[in-house]
Amino acid sequence: MRYYTYFPGCSASEGGAQAYGRSALAVGKALGVELVELDDWNCCGSTPYSSFEELASFCLSARNLALAEKRGFDLVTPCSSCYVILNRANAYLKQYPELKAKVDEALAAGGLEYRGTVRVRHLLDVFVNDVGYEEISSKVKKNLGGLKVAPYYGCQIVRPSFGFDHPEFPKSLDMLIAGLGGESVNFPLRARCCGGSLIISEESVALDLIKKLLESALTNGAECLITVCPLCQTNLDAYQSRVNKVFHTDFNLPVLFFTQIMGLAFQLGEEDLGLKTCIVPAERVLAKYI
Amino acid sequence: MEKRSRTSSFADEIGDIPGGEGIRLCIQCGTCTASCPNAARMDHTPSQLIAMARAGMKDEVLSSNAMWYCLSCYLCTVRCPRGIKQTDLMHALESLAVREGVSHGRTLTPAMYRSFNDFVYSLGTLPEMGFMTWFYMLTNPMRAFKLLPVALSLRKRGRLKVKARRLTPEGTNQLRNILDKAESLGGVS
Repeated sequence: MRYYTYFPGCSASEGGAQAYGRSALAVGKALGVELVELDDWNCCGSTPYSSFEELASFCLSARNLALAEKRGFDLVTPCSSCYVILNRANAYLKQYPELKAKVDEALAAGGLEYRGTVRVRHLLDVFVNDVGYEEISSKVKKNLGGLKVAPYYGCQIVRPSFGFDHPEFPKSLDMLIAGLGGESVNFPLRARCCGGSLIISEESVALDLIKKLLESALTNGAECLITVCPLCQTNLDAYQSRVNKVFHTDFNLPVLFFTQIMGLAFQLGEEDLGLKTCIVPAERVLAKYI
Repeated sequence: MEKRSRTSSFADEIGDIPGGEGIRLCIQCGTCTASCPNAARMDHTPSQLIAMARAGMKDEVLSSNAMWYCLSCYLCTVRCPRGIKQTDLMHALESLAVREGVSHGRTLTPAMYRSFNDFVYSLGTLPEMGFMTWFYMLTNPMRAFKLLPVALSLRKRGRLKVKARRLTPEGTNQLRNILDKAESLGGVS
């Protein structure tokens, strides 16, 4: 058994990416990864907070880090935004003593202190590096033979680099897909942006980027695409119909969380996988494996 | 020590923000601009923005739409040959523009960020449905109509809930005390 403190983030806990949270926990269980949710965690603040009130944004992260430090395990999140924000706070608190002093003072107002010992990890990193590809393969009950998958990393899991994969040419999802018996297609835009939260404020910017990603995946023969981030999944899946409407296209590419195809290969049930929560139906492509 | 010129003071202000110090290192190679997925939508490109900041063009820089089009994809940051944290620099410029009360009417991103932050400050968590509804009400409710099919498809699959996760009352208070203290301490620099 491996033990971690789990930070689901707003989307994967009770937000739009609950299927991600559920499948993450279920796959973790199958792999002997015990993800114990951090008590009373708060939102990481994501990009909006760090763009408006930087000191407060570091304090949002610092509260979570301080709570996690009491438990003493690595802090694991399935969300790329939480991952980058918590890691950035961790790095900056070490690098800038004056910032640390201010954050310490704010934390003290809440009766907390943070010594700086927590390691922040992405769930994918934990699965492929702590558990390992071989052990993952050994749990496969239904080989995803022939399934052509576009491995979509997006941005913040690999950039700015917190060390577990290449910032522009990452490999871990590709190797994971291969370990499940699937085929990762050549996908040049694997680590390019989905538009992030600008889908809300500047829709045309994001739709443009989403269209390019879908095009790239389909041109290379993908039958589905997997993501490592709730926002990437929502943009590519829920807004695919908007792309079709605006650009007069007819994309119909299922977009899944990487934990969902892992769970599929492990033959977990729908209550763990949440495949039915996909907006672009995934059943047709995955029928062989369900 | 050599006296700082009048025009350099804005660059110093940015350089004092954690993550902003790299502004002194830029060699204007344009790698950030070439890497940026959104450069074409900006009134000034990322590298231009740095040159302008160093030339002391504070008003022009802070009223630019450029930083609000930053997607935080960090491609510029990992490619910069001088190791400038370009994305963090953009965030620093956003924070400065907010602090100085500069209006940025050409993009809705600041209003969207503000709605997001208001929820996080009050609840300690982000209720997606409430946040989206609030943002569209504040800005352009008509735009929400176009998105109704998206919202309904999410709702149908249980992905857009009205009820949001809450912290415990103790946790909410603790977070509020921390954030209020942070505000009383001023900015990061």
